[in-house]
Amino acid sequence: MTSKEKSWKEISPAGVCWKASTQFLTGDWKTYKPVRDLEKCTRCLLCVLFCPDGAIHWKPEKGDIEFDYNFCKGCGICANECPAKAIEMKLE
Amino acid sequence: MKSVVKQEVLALNGDEAVAYAAKQSDVDVVAAYPITPQTIIVERFSEYVANGEVETEFVCTESEHSALTACLAASVTGARAFTASASAGLALMHEMLFVTSGCRAPVVMAIANRALSAPLNIHGDHSDTMTERDSGWIQIYVENTQEAYDSVIQAFRIAENTDVLLPVIVGLDGFTLSHTLENVHVLADDVVKKFVGTRKFVNVVNHEGKTVPFKLDPDNPTSMGPIALPNYYFEFKRQQEEAMKNALKIIPQVNREYAEISGRSYGDGLVDAYYVEDAEIAIVCLGSTAGTVKAVVDELRADGVKAGLLRLRTFRPLPVEKIVNTLKNAKAVAVMDRSMSFGGEGGPVFHEVRHALYDTDKHPHIVNYIYGLGGRDTSPMQIRKIYEDLQKILRTKHVETRVQYLGLRE
Repeated sequence: MTSKEKSWKEISPAGVCWKASTQFLTGDWKTYKPVRDLEKCTRCLLCVLFCPDGAIHWKPEKGDIEFDYNFCKGCGICANECPAKAIEMKLE
Repeated sequence: MKSVVKQEVLALNGDEAVAYAAKQSDVDVVAAYPITPQTIIVERFSEYVANGEVETEFVCTESEHSALTACLAASVTGARAFTASASAGLALMHEMLFVTSGCRAPVVMAIANRALSAPLNIHGDHSDTMTERDSGWIQIYVENTQEAYDSVIQAFRIAENTDVLLPVIVGLDGFTLSHTLENVHVLADDVVKKFVGTRKFVNVVNHEGKTVPFKLDPDNPTSMGPIALPNYYFEFKRQQEEAMKNALKIIPQVNREYAEISGRSYGDGLVDAYYVEDAEIAIVCLGSTAGTVKAVVDELRADGVKAGLLRLRTFRPLPVEKIVNTLKNAKAVAVMDRSMSFGGEGGPVFHEVRHALYDTDKHPHIVNYIYGLGGRDTSPMQIRKIYEDLQKILRTKHVETRVQYLGLRE
């Protein structure tokens, strides 16, 4: 692999992580990204509860939600569950 | 040896000897599920728990898969964990064997070696542990009940050595050892407790960049074995191979240290060579069969025949160098396999001993005898027949049949 990566002698045993999971940007796995229609969205926050990756955050200071595309894997559960049909999955 | 301590002699079968050794080894967690011929180990241990003789947390699980999972979970928190199984029970653990070795959890597991179904058979052979050859566990095969006791105590020291950190299987032949009463010299509780000591931990760097002990601890959080993609998985597997290489040094060291307190040792810990240094004809085998072979070697030596035995005590790691050195004078070698590798042209021990000898200058003739499957008895007469076959090969310099079935009706 690339020379930046460590050899077997340099890493801890058993797959111990030397980086926090927040440093692995799994959002680049996605093919489709959720896009919200601000008019239709009722801010019911069901999508926040359903997101399996915790990638939709409630921002109380804005009184609104925000998708974290660094960690959204594009599964589409939010779009499927949205009672207002306010989320559309769009090809990246 | 002046530091050898006074020992009590108890009449124990192999399973009881294993349970007694585990009791003395200050085990924190035992999680197990009963299966013949291992059942007595767990039964005895549960009695120790019920009687308050141990402080062990005893977990009755719903399956062997869960039993090993519970032991792994306990082990990665820094606890000392022990379990026992056999045959189909070990097969059900298969997935977790890899997770345990991959997490470098030093779990010790006794296996009362037993055949696998079908047809259903509860008796002894090595099919169960041979199937787990590549699961990353150290494998020790014992010859008698005394060695079963001694090896379980040693296994904790080997597994937990910070240069090793690998789980260990101690295999004892089902019924032949597990259910046979023998006199066993046992050490005092405090002597064993001192010998096994407490677990030590290497340091690792966690996700916050902090150096923490290698265990799951809420005060020093870290994660083990979560995911390694193509860019790192390979490196972790290479580390496990290095640990096996280190075990080749640690196992003899533990064997020596144990001899200092008990007066007992098993060869160098890796191989038990019996009149094999100058032997022209030699048998290589594992487990209790070695006792029968030794009796035959005594008879042949009395008649002036240069016969010998090499018992592999550890099959993983395979002591390649020891095999080469101890068989250096052998001209014809018979390897005994108590399991089959269907379609593989001989059994697993045969394959590996032949592989070990491939780079030597003097290639001895090497033949294979599959024997004792499903608990079939192997007699001294049959062993004598193997040595006679080897003598014939010496005379004729010709191998008629490379792989034979000992005690099979043709």
